[in-house]
Amino acid sequence: MEISRRDLFTIGGKLLVLASAGATLEQITGAEPATEAYKMADHWWGMIVDIDKCIGCGNCVRACSNENHVPDGYFRTWVERYQVTEDQQPQVDSPNGAIDGFPPSTHTGVKSFFVPKLCNQCAHSPCVQVCPVGATFVSPDGVVLVDQSYCLGCRYCVQACPYGCRYLHPDTKTVDKCTLCYHRITQGLTTACCENCPTGARQLVDFKNPKDPVHEFLRHNKVQILKPYMATGAKVYYKDLDGSVR
Amino acid sequence: MIPGVDGFMYPNEIELQWGLLIVLYPYITGLVAGAFILASLERVFKVEAVRPTYRLALLTALAFLLVAPLPLQLHLGHPERSMEMYLTPHTSSAMAMFGFVYLWYLTVVLLLEIWLDYRVDIVRMAQSTTGFMRLVYKALTLGSENVSPAARRIDDKVGYTVTVIGIPSAFLLHGYVGFIFGSIKANPWWSTPLMPIVFLFSAMTSGIAAVLLLYMASVKVKKIPIDMRCLDTIGKYLFYTFLIDFTLEMLDLVHRTYEADESFRSLDFMVHTRLMFSQIILQILLGTLVPLALLAANQLWKFSEAKRRVMYLTAALLTMVGIFAMRWNVVIGGQLFSKSFLGYTTYKVSFAAREGLFTAVGLMILPFVIFVVLVILLPPWPERSET
Repeated sequence: MEISRRDLFTIGGKLLVLASAGATLEQITGAEPATEAYKMADHWWGMIVDIDKCIGCGNCVRACSNENHVPDGYFRTWVERYQVTEDQQPQVDSPNGAIDGFPPSTHTGVKSFFVPKLCNQCAHSPCVQVCPVGATFVSPDGVVLVDQSYCLGCRYCVQACPYGCRYLHPDTKTVDKCTLCYHRITQGLTTACCENCPTGARQLVDFKNPKDPVHEFLRHNKVQILKPYMATGAKVYYKDLDGSVR
Repeated sequence: MIPGVDGFMYPNEIELQWGLLIVLYPYITGLVAGAFILASLERVFKVEAVRPTYRLALLTALAFLLVAPLPLQLHLGHPERSMEMYLTPHTSSAMAMFGFVYLWYLTVVLLLEIWLDYRVDIVRMAQSTTGFMRLVYKALTLGSENVSPAARRIDDKVGYTVTVIGIPSAFLLHGYVGFIFGSIKANPWWSTPLMPIVFLFSAMTSGIAAVLLLYMASVKVKKIPIDMRCLDTIGKYLFYTFLIDFTLEMLDLVHRTYEADESFRSLDFMVHTRLMFSQIILQILLGTLVPLALLAANQLWKFSEAKRRVMYLTAALLTMVGIFAMRWNVVIGGQLFSKSFLGYTTYKVSFAAREGLFTAVGLMILPFVIFVVLVILLPPWPERSET
């Protein structure tokens, strides 16, 4: 088939109109261009936390709060300061979730370290199990999410979470929690807390990505999850976690 | 320092999620299950002595059952979505079953049994009354006006079968409520396989005590002579049920103390401080040991009729207080300590809030109002129904 110069202009003109109409529609609806690369089945998200690297600055808490509009007094992530005596009795504080860091310690002669906390994105999540309507669920890429348009606000999941990671949002009256910045990670970004950690103590990991440094990390470090006896399949791994941490 | 907090709580734990209304929920369903089981004593186990309370117990159960979902509904962040529990229940959730257990119990067991038992009376009243009440009774007959001896025999047979089904259903209703708490592995105060059975026996205890009180109140109001044989029999059943309940609770306590796992220090501290009044004084001393002693004394010695009445009345009132305290200690107590076992928070009851004291008092008065309406509509006394 031969295409004349006239035909080429006609087809080209039509394509131009179609493309600009598409672009305008996108602007009107505010829809993001589809990220062709993201397939839920190709990912299995989690996090690694290096206790020794955390300096308790609270950057992660502030970043999370800003990114996710977390209401005052509630926390999707927080940092705890452990000060453990020789007989392994811990004194723990987390003033306002450490959103402004920590005041200087008054304890001397104690083992002191910081423990960032967040939803453990459990694979066998007790919160998901108990939700009466299935409003909270594990996504195929391993993130525990809450469908805000479906949640009854019964708070059974809050009771079932062994880690205290859930709360009832005072405005929406639905349960809220860490989403592992799902809106970011599905766009190829890291979480707000990881991005703002000045020491790299928190790192988002993808267990299904063979190139993710997590595999090397898990091979070479002694790691622990919180409350392993709960058998929740937690996917937040802590390096050098002290036995006194609850 | 955060006001009301000792030690360390995870920051999201400071505010309690389940308050006074969730205390009422197991308390009210417990009264339903207990009252029904007392009714079944006469119907299935042929304990003739408690016959005067049979209908009273059924109406008590219905009055409380109608109110049972209200505390839950008022507690929800989005009550308008509660129907989703019926439409799209999450099969792995214990709570999702509430609607089905409730509906089964309400319609298949309680309404059917009451209707079958009252059917002859309803038909008679549909004929003897006039005006609006006639219409009400006419509607209540559901078009079934055959009161021939053969039809009555069928009523009786079906009613018996419903009661037989009703006993495991009552066990299911309240055992299930216990399971809601007992299956939460994150909370050591709740997580025990004994929880459903403790809930069940405490339900029977409180339900029997409630019917005993309502029976005493109704004879007083009606100015009819009290049936002491009936009262003694209810007292005896109350004693034995309470004894089993107390034994189970003590077994749980002894087991926890002996095992002394990592949660023990935290829970032990709580019992000696924040729960000292509600658990040790109200639940165990006043709410259990005193009524048990009063009831036990009646099994051992013969007191005068007047003394027995006072003893039963006191025992039943204290039992109701004790079982309420037990519900409080389970629901509220289970949220006063941190799941880190490093700290404790405080619960303050608000007054005028949606989940506050006034709402709770209203919800506890409501079943009695419904009970009075039911008693007027469906008189449980034979001499009234004859007229």
